[in-house]
Order: sequence, then structure tokens, then C-alpha cells
Amino acid sequence: MSQLGIVYALLGAALAVLLAGAGSSIGVGIAGQAASGVVTEDPSKFAKVLIMQLLPGTQGIYGLLVGFITLSKVGLLGGQVAALTPQSGLMILAACLPIGIVGLISGKYQGKTSAAAIGIVAKKPDQFGKAMLFPAMVETYAILALLISILAVTNIPV
Amino acid sequence: MSDMEFTYAVARIRALEVSLFSASTIEQLIACQSEESCLQFLTERGWGDSDTPLNADAILTRESEKIWETMREMRIDMSVFDVLSYPNLFHNLKAAIKEVCSEETHPGIFFEDCAISPKEMMDIIREKDFSRLPANMAHAAEEAYETLLHTRDGQLCDVIIDKATLEAIYQAGLDANADIIRNYAEDTVAVANIKIAVRSQKTAKSLDFMKRAMVECESLSVDQLAKAALNSMDAICEYLSGTAYAEGAKALAESTSAFERWCDNRIIHTIQPQKYNAFSVGPLVAYVLARENEIKTVRIILSGKANNLPDDSIRERVREMYV
Repeated sequence: MSQLGIVYALLGAALAVLLAGAGSSIGVGIAGQAASGVVTEDPSKFAKVLIMQLLPGTQGIYGLLVGFITLSKVGLLGGQVAALTPQSGLMILAACLPIGIVGLISGKYQGKTSAAAIGIVAKKPDQFGKAMLFPAMVETYAILALLISILAVTNIPV
Repeated sequence: MSDMEFTYAVARIRALEVSLFSASTIEQLIACQSEESCLQFLTERGWGDSDTPLNADAILTRESEKIWETMREMRIDMSVFDVLSYPNLFHNLKAAIKEVCSEETHPGIFFEDCAISPKEMMDIIREKDFSRLPANMAHAAEEAYETLLHTRDGQLCDVIIDKATLEAIYQAGLDANADIIRNYAEDTVAVANIKIAVRSQKTAKSLDFMKRAMVECESLSVDQLAKAALNSMDAICEYLSGTAYAEGAKALAESTSAFERWCDNRIIHTIQPQKYNAFSVGPLVAYVLARENEIKTVRIILSGKANNLPDDSIRERVREMYV
């Protein structure tokens, strides 16, 4: 029974990393296909489309960050595992969900927006700055979710 | 294939669209003094290959081949382009039937870049093995072959195959998931019906002939169009003015070349929204149509220059560009 709390907390850390990472990999994959299409015809645009491709990669980093903070919070990184009640474990799990779920969805849609923005770069490379703003808008919601996940994980009493 | 499967291809098409001719490039081409300077202008913009002879046919043929080479490089399911490739495929069927029935050979009458090679098509017709043809060709091929063999009526043979072509295009449109293919098929069949009506009116063809040649479609009533064609050209225009092809009626009243230009421009207007579509097969189909339209326009300009037509006469025939 005493182990259940730590199991919930670990599940939270795993979901944050898994879901956000999956979102990023889908997004980077979509944008990567579009980037490859442009570079096939015009290799000089490699640097610009690479930046576009990397934009959906941040959700995975946010998930990783929340995962680290969670592991640190429950003492798994330092070797001193905290004695968590099931309630505390569930609270940590709930705290990890925002970045997990929002990371998954925003990663995918940021990838699609990046692919569309790569189309702008292909036709009008001088509009790179404006093109980058569209996928960057999707990032806002991943950052909001990250903020809430970090605030919640760090403030749950253990 | 889901729309997301086309992400690579669409991005590549976006990069290629940069080199499509705009209206101002076409204007520069018209401003060239002679056919030779036009060809020079085209080669400077990458038309043809380094080993392509500097003549209009060679350069334009090479450009048409490049369209399909590019599409094959995209590694997508080529069946999405069936609706665009049927005219060439059915043309080859027509050519093969005529060659076999007349027992004559005419070099250069086949399109090489088709799902069934010219040699295979000739073998099928020679052996009368129509079952080797796709289902939408087999029956028409047999009927056209028997008709030409027994009646020697080349026009009737053409009508049978042309109708089968339109039916195949229309069916491909109905089967397609993409709106652009559905719209293209509908427009192609409707415009072909209008052209049949106009030509039949001018040559005083019967109602039966027109109904035999026309194909039912959603946007036009074949029955009403054929009856209008029996009356007069004005009756055709009057009928069209109450349909989605009202602008076509105005062009028809102006001249045949104005009507042909309107037909091509209508297709370009239909595909314009694909410039802003980042996924799906739409931009690919639009690119193929835009390239074909571009090549047709360049051919018109080169013919005009070769025949010393004044620039204004050439300009009247020039189609709108996709970009």
C-alpha cells in the first residue's frame, strides 16, 4: 500500500515524457517531410526549413523537464525515495497531465502548421519571419501547460 | 492515401511553383521578336534539356515529359492522376484501332507516357484481346474496332472512344475523394458536351448523334443542350446562360477561340484555391494542370510567332496563368 503513491507519481512522470514526446515526434515528422520536399528542389533553403522543422520539438523537451522535476521531487534521482501517500501520488499524476496531453495535441498541430509555413518559405523566403510566427503561436499553449505542470508538481507537499 | 501522405510532395510542389510562368513572364515571351528568340527565352529559363534541339516541338514535348517524371519521383499512388491521363490513354486506343484497321503505320501518333505502352496497345488490338484492357476501355474498344472494320466510318469510331473517355473521366471524378478531381471531371465533361453541341449545330448533326456523343453530368442537361443545338447557336447560349456556364455562353457568342480560352481559364480558376492548401492531393493535381496550361499557352505563342501573327492577336488567345 505504501508503494502505491510512488507508482502514481512515476506514472505521471512517464505520461508527461511519453505523451509530449509522442506529440513532438509526430510534429517534427510532419514538418520534416515538408522540409525534405523543399530541400529536394532548393537546397539553399535548408537552414530556414530546419528551424521550422525543429519548432514542434519543444513539447518533448517540456515533457522531459516535467519528468525530471517529478523524479527529483519524489527523490528517485537522489536515491532517497519519499514515502508518498496514494493521494499525494495521484496529485503528482494530475499535475503531470497538462504538459502530457497538451504536448501531444499541440506537437501534432504545430507540425502541421510548420509544414504549411514551410510552403511560405518555399515560395517567399524573404517572409521567413512572418512564416515562423504561425507555428510559434501553437507553442503558447504548450508553454501554458508546462507552467501549470511545473507549478503544480513543485508545490504538492510530499 | 490520407491527406498527410502528400506532405512531402506538396512542399516540393510549392518549391516548383516558383518557376511556373506568371502573366508578366508570358508578356515577356510575347514581346520576343521571333520564334527563335522565344525559344532562346524558354531555354534560358530551363525549358528542355541541354541536349534538346532548339525547336518548339522538341522543347514542349520534353516539358510535358518532365511533368510526369516529377510526379513519379514523388512516390505517390499515381492512380490519383487517372482522371488526367485518360485522354492520352484513350487517344492511343483510337490510334491503335485506326492503324490496325487501315493496316498502315504512322510514326509519332502515340503518346509514349501512358499506363499501357503503344506497343502493348497495338498487340491488344491486333490480337483482339480486349479483356487485357481496363474495364472502362474494353467494351468501347471492341465496339469501335468492329464499327470501323465493318463501316469504315472513322467519325463514328471517334465518337465511341471519345464518349468512353468522358465516361471514364466522369467515373474517376465520382470515385475520387478530392474535391479538385471531382470538380475537374465535372467541368471537363460539361465543357466537352458544350463543344459537341456547338460543333453539331454548325455541322447540322441529328439529335441522335448528339445524344450518342454526349455524356450525362450533374451541371448540364444533355437533353436540353442537344435540343438547343438542334435550333440555333443562340438557343445554346440561351440555355447555357441559365447554368453554371453562363460566362461560357458570352464567350461563345464572341468567338470559338474566346470560348476555348474561357474553357481553359475556368479550369485555372477551379484550381486556384489549391495554392493555399498545404496537404492533400489537390496541389499536385493543380500543378499538373497548371503546367499543361502553361505549355499550351507557350505553344499558342510560338505558333503565333512562327506564323507572324501580330502580338495583339496572340494576346487574345493567351490563357490565364496559375501563379
